[in-house]
Amino acid sequence: MKILIVDDFSTMRRIIKNLLRDLGFSNTHEADDGVTALPMLKNGDFQFLVTDWNMPGMTGIDLLKAVRADEKLRTLPVLMVTAEAKRDQIIEAAQAGVNGYVVKPFTAQALKEKIEKIFDRVG
Amino acid sequence: MASEIQTSINHEFVVELKECAKLLTEKLQSNQFEDASILIQTITQSRDRHIFQSVGRLTRGLHDAIVNFNVDADLSKEPPKIQNSDIHDASNRLNYVIELTQKAAEKTMDMVDEAAPIAMNLGQEATSLRDEWARLKRREMSLDEFRLLYDRMDNFLGQMVTGTEQLSKNLQDIVLEQGFQDLTGQVLKRVIGLINEVEKDLVSLVRIAGQVEEITGITDDPEKNAHDMEVMNKRKTEAEGPQINKERSDVVAGQDEVDDLLSSLGF
Repeated sequence: MKILIVDDFSTMRRIIKNLLRDLGFSNTHEADDGVTALPMLKNGDFQFLVTDWNMPGMTGIDLLKAVRADEKLRTLPVLMVTAEAKRDQIIEAAQAGVNGYVVKPFTAQALKEKIEKIFDRVG
Repeated sequence: MASEIQTSINHEFVVELKECAKLLTEKLQSNQFEDASILIQTITQSRDRHIFQSVGRLTRGLHDAIVNFNVDADLSKEPPKIQNSDIHDASNRLNYVIELTQKAAEKTMDMVDEAAPIAMNLGQEATSLRDEWARLKRREMSLDEFRLLYDRMDNFLGQMVTGTEQLSKNLQDIVLEQGFQDLTGQVLKRVIGLINEVEKDLVSLVRIAGQVEEITGITDDPEKNAHDMEVMNKRKTEAEGPQINKERSDVVAGQDEVDDLLSSLGF
C-alpha cells in the first residue's frame, strides 16, 4: 500500500512514518503541505492519505476538499492527524468527507485503531 | 497613566460644556441672542480643542508604545522597513526554539532507531538460546549440538556486552538531548514577558481611544459590526494549533470526545 504523509514538521512526519512501518506499511512518501501534496497525489497511485490540518501554503482541510473535488482522487481514504480540536473544525472535516480524525498528541494505539477502522470500511 | 489623564480631560470638558449650556439657556431666555451665538461658538471651539488634545494624547501614547517595543524602522520605505525591534527579536528567539526542539527530536529519534534493532536482536538470540538451553537440561542434546551451543553462548555473551554498552550510551544521549527544555524555557519566558508588555500598552491605547470616542460622540458603525461578525464566524474553523485550555466548551478534550462527536454525526 502506497501512503502519503503530509505535515509541515519533519519530526511529526517521521513519527507517523515509524508508526506506519511498525504496522507493516513501509511504502510511505512525504510532503510538507497541500501545495506539494496535491500534484503528488494526482500523479502517483497513492491508496491512503494521512494529513495534518495547520500548514503554511495549503492547509489539510483545503487539501481534503481538493481531493474530494478531484474526479480521480475522490474516493481516496483520508486520515486527519492534527492538533486542531475545535468542535466546528471536526464537524467541518466530517462534512468535507474525512475518513478518520486523530487529535495530537496521539498514541500508537489510537493511530492503529483509526487506520484499521478505515481499511475495514473501505475494504 | 495616559488613560487616566484622558479621563480628567474628559471630565473638564464635560464641566465646561455644562456651564456653557446653563449660560446659554439664560441668554436665550432673556433674549440676548448675540451673546448666545458667541457662546455657541465657544462651545464648538472647546469641542474642537478637546478632540485635538485627545488625538494628540492618543498619538503620544502610540508613540510611547512604539518606543517601548524598541522599533528601529526606516520610514522612507513603503511599507516601512523594520530593521530591528523587540518583536523582531522575539520572532528570532521563537525560531530558535523551533530549531532547537526539532534538533532534539531528530537526535532522540536517531538514537531510538539505532537502539531498537540492537535490543530486538539480543532478545531474539536470547529466546532461541533459552530453548536450546532447555533441551540441554532435558538431556536431549548430542555432543556436536552441544559444541555448537557452547560457541553460540560465547558469541552471545560478547554481543550482550557490546550491545548493552551501546544501549546505555544511547539512553544517556537521549537524556542529554533533553537539555533543550532549559534553553527553550528561558527563551520562551523572555518572549512571554514582551507579550505582556505589548498587551499592557495596547490596553492603555484602547482605553484612551474609547474615551475619545465617548466624548466626541463617534458611534458604532453597523457596517463595521457586520464585518466583525463575519470575522468571528470565520474564526470558528480557523486553524489554531494545540489547545491549551481544555475547559473551553467549543473544544474537544481528547480522542474519545472526537470519536463521540464523529459517531453522533453518523460516522
